Amino acid sequence: MTTPVTAPAITRRHFMITVAAGSAAAAWLAAAPARADKAMVDEAMKALIGDATPADGAEIIRLDLPQIAENGNTVPLGVSIDSPMTEDTYVKDVHVFADGNPRPDVISFHFTPKSGLAEASTRMRLAQTQNIVAVAEMSDGKVYMTQAEVKVTIGGCGG
Amino acid sequence: MAKKHKPRVKAPKTASPGEVMEIKTLISHEMESGQRKDRKTGELIPRQIINRFECKYNGETVFSADMHPAISANPYMAFYVKAGESGELEFLWHDDNGDVYSHSQKLEVA
Repeated sequence: MTTPVTAPAITRRHFMITVAAGSAAAAWLAAAPARADKAMVDEAMKALIGDATPADGAEIIRLDLPQIAENGNTVPLGVSIDSPMTEDTYVKDVHVFADGNPRPDVISFHFTPKSGLAEASTRMRLAQTQNIVAVAEMSDGKVYMTQAEVKVTIGGCGG
Repeated sequence: MAKKHKPRVKAPKTASPGEVMEIKTLISHEMESGQRKDRKTGELIPRQIINRFECKYNGETVFSADMHPAISANPYMAFYVKAGESGELEFLWHDDNGDVYSHSQKLEVA
């Protein structure tokens, strides 16, 4: 997305949030701690996967997320990857990050061949509309990444 | 404490060899994020979450997860385990305060 498109969208969203939720929400937004951003996600990712450069995993990692979450306090999150899950070939880890939460880390799933399926789900908190990034580490050392946006109507942090 | 954080597990009691079983777990826990402020004092409420979940099958960890404050209260976890031999499934939730909440149940594979 180019800057001329993004900038008005954000302004409009902030305006809408403020109008919809009134001054209490505005005060809360102003007092809210700094949000994570792309750089923080990269840093958190580096802490977990080291210097590996993830390949495009859009065709590999399936992220199960709502397009719109009405309540940011409990947003369903599912990940799944097609893998034979044998001793030779399996998915080791899937790390999930959120680029618009106070801290980017969400969860790391650790699979083993005895998991049988590289699939797991949980529920997470999202402070605002943001991108969810999933990074998968395979038993052969390959690393894949994909992401998806979730629009959040009411944020789920603090308050 | 043990009563306060009550684990609930939905896992099969019987399975056939090689069957991939879906397991669903839930535990009551506030998952205090450390980001919230006390409404009266205005001070940050210290973080206290379950930071790790583990599923052991006959003593071996077959699935686990590291959780962060972004995980919702009363953390839910659904995952899969491949049935091997009869034995025990054990579920462990590790609290920031060092407590470990657990649940275990028998699994018969035939």
